[in-house]
Amino acid sequence: MAESDVLRAPHVLEYPYLRSLGPVLGAFFTGLRDGRILGARSADADGTPTVVVPPTEYDPATGRDVGELIEVGPGGVVTTWAWVSEPLEGQPLDRPFAWALVRPDGATTAMLHAVDAGSPEAMASGMRVVPRWRPAEARTGTLLDLACFVPEGAG
Amino acid sequence: MSEPVTTLPTPMRVEYAFTAGLAQSRYLQGIAEGKFIGQRCPKCHQVYVPPRGSCPTDGVATTDDVVLGNAGTVTTYCVVNVPFQGQSIEIPYICAQILLDGANIAFMGLIQEVPPDQVRMGMRVEAVWVDPSEWGPTMTSVKYFRPNGEPDAPYESFAKYL
Amino acid sequence: MSPASSKPVRPVAVVSVAQSRSVRREDHRNEVEILMPVVTEVFAKIGVTKNDMGFVCSGSTDYLVGAPFSFVSALDAVGVWPPMRESHVEMDGAWALYEAWTLLQEGELDTALVYSFGRSSPSDLRRVLALQLDPYYLAPLWPDPVALAALQAQALIDAGRATEGDFAAVAARSRRDALGNPNAQVAKDQAPEELLADDYVVAPLRRHALPPITDGAAAVVLAAGDRARDLVERPAWITGIDHRIETHALGARDLTASPSTALAAEEAGVFERWGSGSGAVAVDVAELHTPYASQEGVVRHALRLADSVAVNPSGGPLAANALMVAGLLRIGEAAQRIMDGSAGSAIAHATSGPCLQQNLVCALAAEPDGKGS
Repeated sequence: MAESDVLRAPHVLEYPYLRSLGPVLGAFFTGLRDGRILGARSADADGTPTVVVPPTEYDPATGRDVGELIEVGPGGVVTTWAWVSEPLEGQPLDRPFAWALVRPDGATTAMLHAVDAGSPEAMASGMRVVPRWRPAEARTGTLLDLACFVPEGAG
Repeated sequence: MSEPVTTLPTPMRVEYAFTAGLAQSRYLQGIAEGKFIGQRCPKCHQVYVPPRGSCPTDGVATTDDVVLGNAGTVTTYCVVNVPFQGQSIEIPYICAQILLDGANIAFMGLIQEVPPDQVRMGMRVEAVWVDPSEWGPTMTSVKYFRPNGEPDAPYESFAKYL
Repeated sequence: MSPASSKPVRPVAVVSVAQSRSVRREDHRNEVEILMPVVTEVFAKIGVTKNDMGFVCSGSTDYLVGAPFSFVSALDAVGVWPPMRESHVEMDGAWALYEAWTLLQEGELDTALVYSFGRSSPSDLRRVLALQLDPYYLAPLWPDPVALAALQAQALIDAGRATEGDFAAVAARSRRDALGNPNAQVAKDQAPEELLADDYVVAPLRRHALPPITDGAAAVVLAAGDRARDLVERPAWITGIDHRIETHALGARDLTASPSTALAAEEAGVFERWGSGSGAVAVDVAELHTPYASQEGVVRHALRLADSVAVNPSGGPLAANALMVAGLLRIGEAAQRIMDGSAGSAIAHATSGPCLQQNLVCALAAEPDGKGS
């Protein structure tokens, strides 16, 4: 049959997943709801203490159980970044922004989030950023309770 | 707000542009004309409906269209009693494998106009279509299958399609 | 002590490779219809049929189609009757090949068909691929693969390991080499300086540094020992194959290096067999599954490739990148060059996950003991 006769139709796949969190991730998201960033105490293979943020149930390098959760940040350092001039649906901001791996003060790993820097000229690896929180009454225990990071000292 | 957070909603939604491909498009266009169209394998000569473009036993392209009639045989069936989310048909309802006359593979269809306890393997059925003005390249053009009054097909005639 | 699985107990070779022409959009044929002629061709090249295969293994992902168990209907392209031993991986076909190779090591079976297919065109790939990420910490932000690769590219620039000019040079070379590959999708001769005028998609990655969006399929036949020698004059022997994975916690990784590639190469015997005194690995050809131009340098470095090694003479994934197929095609393209006599030794690499999270290394040679000729 002719290619033009081939039928096409839009198809939407949609699922309203609700995930259980467990004690480690649950504590992290509870912390976000309460306006705090938490990390898990752990250690490298050679015993060097580490603080894993966001906390995972097991150490990402050694696979061992992680230890207690402690508060880190709120400010931190951008370890790498990338400028998005055309955000896609579902991304944290609907105006141009920077993705960044941010290592909160006191942590030894970084977390992915958005930095509302206004322009790529305001971004540089090594710069300091601070969280912009959603208003307390709007926070429910999701990653976007922390709406984004902003350059430290910015208005 | 001092209760710990224990769950996280993570809804997902993705949109696709689905392509039916050549064989399935041919089938659906037949449906839009009120016909069941199968395709024959050039190697084993079996007729597959709905056609998918390939013979599942030989792995070669099926080529010739074969227009099949509306009559067929129930090879097996089940009675659905379990309610589930998204259900559109009232329970209990009968879901059957229907072997159209001339086809070598059965497909799934809804059986109506017969009480569930009277459905049996070998029952002869016919397709009931919606009004021709509503025919389109969609399986909703076929309402369901119902008994056509013929004597049951003997077991040997459909045993190998079970 | 290295795991025994990485180096062969039994010599197994690639004896046939076939692929569809990589295109931007195959929207009149469905997956089965694209795959069928590829499977027909891979058999026809060596005069076998499906009945000669001991095992069938495929690689694909339902997320590209938006339909569960879509890989089951793809088996119609083979015709698995009488019933055959069969398996599927929700991964690039390179991993289906790894599974088939592993099964052939057991000694009961001598041949396997490996195939993979992927149509990227039906969906918004940048959204679909976000679904493979950590569902708690990454996916809810919907970071797309371009954004993640860009984070890695910036880290390389910050560390002084690469420049945007390097990315443009890789892209220019790849697409120029693709002019010699009739199956490639994007083939053209453009100077790197021209490419640097492209807009950023996600800075520091410009359009040219991204892979194309591709629909395609590929198939490979593996055969063991004497069976391989019966089927072709110059089998491409797999002298080692291994797969390693890093943590999925993106912020816990060093994005400027690929320790999993290095470890997989080590376990596959690459350094032992081909590392010279200086440590540089000298093989005739390396086909690297590095879809972003910024990633080639990272994998080259992890594999310790000598500067003289020809990388991606097929054009690589920057010229054609059918998801779930591009990794298998790296093995296929490398193997074809051994089979046609233009190479005696080759390394093929496949990757999966964000920023080269997991990596498979396959070492190939004209002789089972790794010597080229």
